[in-house]
Parts: sequence; structure tokens; C-alpha cells
Amino acid sequence: MLAYDTLLTARDAIRAKKISSVELTRQALDRIEKLDKSIHAFNSTYADLALAQAKAVDEGKVTGPLAGVPIALKDNLCTSFGTTTCSSKMLENFHAPYDATVVKKLAAAGAVFVGKTNLDEFAMGSSTENSAFGATRNPWDTTRIPGGSSGGSAAALASGMCAASIGSDTGGSIRQPASLCGLVGLKPTYGRVSRYGLVAFASSLDQIGPFGWTVSDAALLMNVLAGRDPMDSTSVEIPVPDYLADINKPLAGLRIGIVKEYQLGSGIDPQVKAAVEAAIKTYQSMGATVVEVSCPHTEYGIAAYYVIAPCEASSNLARYDGVHFGHRTAEPVKDIIELFSKSRAEGFGEEVQRRIMIGTYALSSGYYDAYYVRAQKIRALIKRDFDQAFEKCDVILCPTSPTPAFKAGEKTGDPLQMYLCDVFTVTCNIAGIAGLSMPCGFTTSDKPLPIGMQLLGPTFGEEKLLRIARMYEAATDWHKRRPKMD
Amino acid sequence: MAQITPDQVQHVARLARLALPPQRLEKLAGQLESILQYVDKIQSVDVTGIEPMAHALPIKNIFRDDTIGPSLSVEQVLSNAPDAESPFFKVPKVIGGDEDSAG
Repeated sequence: MLAYDTLLTARDAIRAKKISSVELTRQALDRIEKLDKSIHAFNSTYADLALAQAKAVDEGKVTGPLAGVPIALKDNLCTSFGTTTCSSKMLENFHAPYDATVVKKLAAAGAVFVGKTNLDEFAMGSSTENSAFGATRNPWDTTRIPGGSSGGSAAALASGMCAASIGSDTGGSIRQPASLCGLVGLKPTYGRVSRYGLVAFASSLDQIGPFGWTVSDAALLMNVLAGRDPMDSTSVEIPVPDYLADINKPLAGLRIGIVKEYQLGSGIDPQVKAAVEAAIKTYQSMGATVVEVSCPHTEYGIAAYYVIAPCEASSNLARYDGVHFGHRTAEPVKDIIELFSKSRAEGFGEEVQRRIMIGTYALSSGYYDAYYVRAQKIRALIKRDFDQAFEKCDVILCPTSPTPAFKAGEKTGDPLQMYLCDVFTVTCNIAGIAGLSMPCGFTTSDKPLPIGMQLLGPTFGEEKLLRIARMYEAATDWHKRRPKMD
Repeated sequence: MAQITPDQVQHVARLARLALPPQRLEKLAGQLESILQYVDKIQSVDVTGIEPMAHALPIKNIFRDDTIGPSLSVEQVLSNAPDAESPFFKVPKVIGGDEDSAG
């Protein structure tokens, strides 16, 4: 691991001159060099840029809340340096002409960018196996997947190739890999973080968010990421609190909500179930009360999601036409329609094509009302379920993923099985609320695998959500574990 | 619902501008059918009187002053194009193909 492997310890060590940013950045780059052949967390690395950024911090030219800390960016965030590929052949050689707002904010806060991380192509997937450039492996057990779609960002942090990382979450793509890699991951409320420069997948569901080893690291990153941006009209003008200020202040009279309907689904691994139940007891021992709440439309969450997300994707991905940017077929074509169609067939991978097809079908004449409009109505019902639940509790606690990390290749043959990985995470995006995953145990296998729990909070309730997460973290040691790597 | 025939998949692929080989379309037909059969759960929900929700925020149109700000140069815009002749993108013949461009 890095000499200081969390964001806050690294930041403070650099400030106190216990280590230089250049030295810490070199450590991160060395680890990438040594370990990334077996993990494949990164699509591209930027040693020269990172060392220049680090040097500027060491020379006092750049200061800020993240000054000098090596950070990794998911490769669907536009950067004016290097490539922005979305792990797609379509964008293999795409050089974004501008920085995403979050990239600008991170740079202004003094972050050092070591590289851009692998993902399921266009963020569509739950295992980071759908990448045109090869799958990412889980640092806790390299025969397993790290989760997805932000699996590269999660694996990079879990293997100590950076001290924090950034992902995006459309249906669980930050929380599920955080859970499977033993990290804290936060999907902010829709509208909390600007999406400008995030390559669009499903615009009404996408949010950018942080990965850290600790709740405080996620809070510090949120201080930098959150806020209104004139370039994203869905980013909301609500003041950004200092998420770190009261992070250690426990919440008096905490009410933990347990969703009745979440118990019904089969397929929850017994060790996951036991770990989450133990976490509930930990909260109870701190004085929290447990209340049962009901979200009756839970069982329609995945179905509604796999209408809404592909519909928005099919429309967003229409821009890849082989004309303005991205892959163009080298085959002879007789007209422009053939140019579009061949370029898209060559440039997109199977899962992306599948989702474009589902979305195109669901939006096509005769099916629009039965699928898209109906799914949007179910979305309203799911939001109402959460609104009513949060009248009775401060936070909902449940597993993040029904199982720990599964074996590479285990679910690639069956798209529907892969979709069902998101059973606990998609409703959060559908309703636009905040969700956090944090470690709450490990399996008893030879190579212990992290187990994550999810805390869901009401819209713009990140401050309270982080404090509640910190209460559990302060009472447990899971966040101090690190994978054994050669 | 959710009986997907090869003709339908072919039609959807055409709408989606994906030139896929027959074996791929065949495989997709089966996969789409099983996914859509699962998704058809939503048909059983009573949605009487429920307004569709396009996104989670209670926001309406956001306006700003109509002022000129910085924008990308022509060179920047064309820099990622597979083929260009400044200030234009280059494409093959657009008019006169076999297929109606309205799709």
C-alpha cells in the first residue's frame, strides 16, 4: 500500500511535510507499474502530468483541500489531457476538447491525476468485464470481478494505486464495486454534482461520486465535487455544507429503516445477510431504533430501470455516427445510413448494442406507452415509497449487493442474471435519492471477500447520511483491512 | 407481449442504425425476448392516476442571460472527426442511396 493510503492521511502528511507529493505520487505510479498487469484497473496513466501536478504542490504553487493526493478518474469523465474512451472501441482515440466540471474542481483542489480507470463500456454493466480493453480483476481475489461499472476506480483504490478515486453511478455503478472491493462509495442525490463532461449513459439517472477507504474521505471529496454548475441545468442551487465538519458527531435518536420487501427476494448470500444483520445490531447498541418500513414497488425496480436506462441510452448514444467523432468503418459504404450502421456495429460492444436495441424497441411506435411511459409512472411510485419511508426513518439499511464478488466469466453469458446484481441499488437512482455503500464484514473463504452494506438517505441528505455511516465506521474495523497483494 | 420475431429484431436494428450479421440478430432475438419478458412485470402494476416522472427533481426550465461565452474553435471541433476538410466534416454521398433517410 501507499505510505499514506487514505485521502485524509495522505493530504495531512503532505501538509505536514512528512512526505512530498512527488514521493507519494511515485509510489502510486510504481504500484500501477507493478500490479496493474494483473488487475487492469487503468485504461491510461499520466506519469508526467501527475509528477508535474505533484511538483507544483510541493513547491507551494498549488494548495487546496486535496493538494498533492494521487487520484484516479473513471474513463468516462472528459479530460483535456489524454483520451476519454468509455472503454469502448468507439472512443478509443477520442481526445476530449475540455475538462468535465468535476475534473476542473478536483484539479483546482490540488488533486494529482495518475490515470483513467477501466469501466464496463459506456458504464453499462456490473462486473467491468464489458470493456473493449479487457476486464478488471478484484484485488482481494484476482479470479473474481471487482463489480461495475466503476470497477477500475474501485480496484485502483483497493490495490493502493491511488488514495481516492472518482466513479459514476447510474444503477449502482459506484456502490456495488465499493461493496465488492471493501470501500466506501457514495452515489449523491441527483442534481448534487454537475454531470457536465460525464459521457452520458442515462441522463436522468447518472451521478458522479467518490470512492474512499473511509467515510471521511468520501465526505472530503464531496466538499469538492458538489455544487451548482451553470453548465448542467439539472445541478441544483442548494448550498453545499462542509460534509466533514460534523462527521464525528453521532446522530441522536437515530431511526434505522428496514424495508419489509427487501427480505422477500431470494438469492441473498447467507454471509451477506448475517453481516448486514450484525451491522443493524451494532447500530442498536449505539442507541438506534429499528423501524420496519414498506416500499411496495421494490419488486418492479429492476424492470422499470431496464426500460428507463436503455431508452435514455439509445437516445444518448445516437450521437455516435462515425461522422463527428469516434470510430468510422473502413469498409466501403453506399450511403450515409450504411456509414452510420456499420460504424456503430463495429464500434459498440455486445452489451451496449443490446441496451440500444432494448431502448429502441421500447421507444418505438406502438410500444412507447406500454414501456417508457409506464416505467416513468412506476418511477413516480418508487419515489413515493421512499418519501413515505423517510417520514418514519432517517436512513434505510440493506445489503448493497446480494452476493460478494463473483468469479470472472460467471455471469457474462446471461445478461438478465447480470442485471439482477443491481436489485438493491437501482431504486436509489430511479428515485434520485442518496446512497452509500460501506464495508460491514468479510466472507470466511480462503481469500476473504469484502461484504458491503448500503445506507439510503433522502434527497440532499448527504450530510446526515455520511454522519450515520461514520457512526458505524467508528465502532468497527472493517475499513482498516487491505487486500494482500504480491 | 414480448414475442420477438427475427423480423422485429431486424426492424429495431435498422431503427438503431446497427448493421448486425444474421447470427448476431438471432442471438439478440432470444436475449431481448427474455429481458422483455422480465420487464413485462411492469404491466401488472396499477398506475391509474399516476403522472409519469421524467426525473427526480422538482425543477422546471432553467433560464440564463443570453450572453456570448467562450466556445470551441473550428479546429477543436474537427480534431476528433474521422474525416474533415475545414470547416466541414466529410461524409460519403448523402443523397440518392437505396434507403429513405427518414428511416
